[in-house]
Amino acid sequence: MDARKKKRKVLLMGKSGSGKSSMRSIIFSNYVAKDVRRLGATIDVEHSHVKFMGNLTLNLWDCGGQDAFMETYLASQRGNIFSDVAVLIYVFDIESREVERDLDTYHAIIEALREFSPNAYVFCLVHKMDLIQAEHRQRIYEERSAVIRSRSSDFRVDTFASSIWDQSLYKAWAGIVHKLIPNLVVIERFLTAFAKKINAEEVILFERSTFLTVTSVTSEVGDLNPIYDRHERLSNIMKAFKHCAARNTLTTPASAGFVVMHTKTPQFNIFLGRFTDNTYIFLVVPPGEASYNCAVLNTMLAREGFSKAAAGSGGGDGFPLPPPETAEDHATNGNGNPA
Amino acid sequence: MSDSPLAHVSWPRAPFIGREFNFWKRRREIPFHKTEAELSLLDNLQGNSQVAAPTQAKSASVPNTKGPDVKPRLLLMGLRRSGKSSIASVVFHKMPPNETLFLESTTRIQKDSIHSFMDFQVWDFPGQLEYFESAFDLEDIFGSLGALVWVIDAQDDYLDSVARLNRTILTVQQFYPGINIEVFIHKVDGLSDEYRTDTFQDIVQRISDELSDAGYENAPVHYYLTSIYDYSVFEAFSKVIQKLIPNLSTLENLINTLANNCGFEKTYLFDVLSKIYIASDTRPVDMACYEMCSDYIDVIVDISELYSWDHPVRKRLGDQIQEAESHVVLHDQTMIHLMEMNKYLCLVSVIRNPEAKDKRGLIDMNCRTFQDALNEVFSRSWEEGSGAQGGESATAKK
Repeated sequence: MDARKKKRKVLLMGKSGSGKSSMRSIIFSNYVAKDVRRLGATIDVEHSHVKFMGNLTLNLWDCGGQDAFMETYLASQRGNIFSDVAVLIYVFDIESREVERDLDTYHAIIEALREFSPNAYVFCLVHKMDLIQAEHRQRIYEERSAVIRSRSSDFRVDTFASSIWDQSLYKAWAGIVHKLIPNLVVIERFLTAFAKKINAEEVILFERSTFLTVTSVTSEVGDLNPIYDRHERLSNIMKAFKHCAARNTLTTPASAGFVVMHTKTPQFNIFLGRFTDNTYIFLVVPPGEASYNCAVLNTMLAREGFSKAAAGSGGGDGFPLPPPETAEDHATNGNGNPA
Repeated sequence: MSDSPLAHVSWPRAPFIGREFNFWKRRREIPFHKTEAELSLLDNLQGNSQVAAPTQAKSASVPNTKGPDVKPRLLLMGLRRSGKSSIASVVFHKMPPNETLFLESTTRIQKDSIHSFMDFQVWDFPGQLEYFESAFDLEDIFGSLGALVWVIDAQDDYLDSVARLNRTILTVQQFYPGINIEVFIHKVDGLSDEYRTDTFQDIVQRISDELSDAGYENAPVHYYLTSIYDYSVFEAFSKVIQKLIPNLSTLENLINTLANNCGFEKTYLFDVLSKIYIASDTRPVDMACYEMCSDYIDVIVDISELYSWDHPVRKRLGDQIQEAESHVVLHDQTMIHLMEMNKYLCLVSVIRNPEAKDKRGLIDMNCRTFQDALNEVFSRSWEEGSGAQGGESATAKK
């Protein structure tokens, strides 16, 4: 596996003050929303290597958004900035008064991107949605995203409404990283089979440090859950609790975490535990003490298979994934002898 | 808000309660789980917010014909803009602290009935109200009093407030010597540590000096430093409420026994809705533990909200105990253990023994035993109380 392939260049761009660095700090550096007031303006480009899922490194270029910088990006720095881009994340400030001008800049960036990295993914975040009255949010967001699409040349653009003050931020970023994870299909196939074996309504895989949803599978019953934003709400809830735990055990948020969490209620049982080195697994199982314990046991067994195979396959590509058969073998074994 | 009683009927809420209602509505707009959320943690939350509605409707003008209710009463008093309504909203209505900026000034006494493990009323007084004028029936206000909570804005000039408090104490004391007087030295989040201590001492000194000058020595006044932006106000309210619980020492003994036998570092018995703890073991209170326990309740309640939707095709896979139970092990092997006790209460413990993981069965069993004892304590003290309490202990007995 060559190093180039594992490092994925992610450009974070947008007008000055639109909230690029704030988002980055909350998602990747364990800031809480109100801490971002301390951040100053980004000068030129801040490079950071964000480790995601262990050995998938995101090479994040946080590009300062002041007009002077934008001009250099598009002129003298053009080749340097826009080559080898895997993902462009462009942030629009919903409160901006110069919508037309923002779109012109965006269009210029898109053109530059098309020139140097035509295969990049483009994500547009319509940010600071909390400043819009709740009843207008959906409409304004849809209008804005239609305009953005019309200026995106032939790129297929994913747009998200986001705000650092609620879970929408996690939704946007989970969508972004979802695209970056290699062999996702294999992971999902494994999880689907696994969920079926343990009768789970839902299985979610969270990245360890960011608590972003990597992927999830639901059973037919789990699909009926009326709360569609539950994944990002979970990210939000768990991350808030992680901060609380860090504060009160006198460690940094980065090193705080959960070993395991069990929750049994008359309506559902939930298990949250470390799955691989870089992920937490979150199981939702229908009530029933015995079958819950069985599911937990099976998860533990599957995990062993997971990480063993990962070590054997020389690191894998981003996600230490065993060949699915091995893992399923373990799951079946576990199913055979319940506690 | 209109003053006509008709308007009250159609929209029986004071302005700030209206906002708070939106908050609940937001949480409840999900179609399924609203119908029959069986998880009682949640039931509790919703039940409370609904019950609060009719009582709000009654909150008319001050002199209220003496009702038969003998619920203990918490009076929130203090100068205007000292933070009384904010405290009431944050503690009893789960309003996020930064939203209290938008609260309007209270113009009439807000009576709030809290239906929880024990029923009590919170009366939020407008700061400018002269309740010692003849128009007010003192008996009506202070009659079934539990505690008088006096809020002092520590960031403001507090001499006025102290003088007024002393006047109040002296008057009330003559007629109702049994009341607890609790002084919240409030908004201390804005003060530096050093200044905070100075202010605290100054206020305590002034009050006790003036009271003893008036010939009232050793007044039963308790002081708390509070802020709505951290847990101190919950902590202070917990202390205030605990004094109103008739069987507190029994509860504490029970919890102590449980904590000693299970090796809990700290155990709290929480009221799920307000996150006030009504009893804890008698080890010194540790703010860090309290914060984690309190936040963990939030985690469980929030997650429950996401997954307790109701649908006919959702089938159980087997038998399970009816009460919610949860625990989490943190990175440093600290374990937080939560167990639902009844509709209103849950027991949250912090365990710092790495071996606890393997002895969970034992811990669970001990907690169940505690649960039985707890419900026995409560059922007795409420035998003459409302029927709702009886039903609650019956469900919890299962």
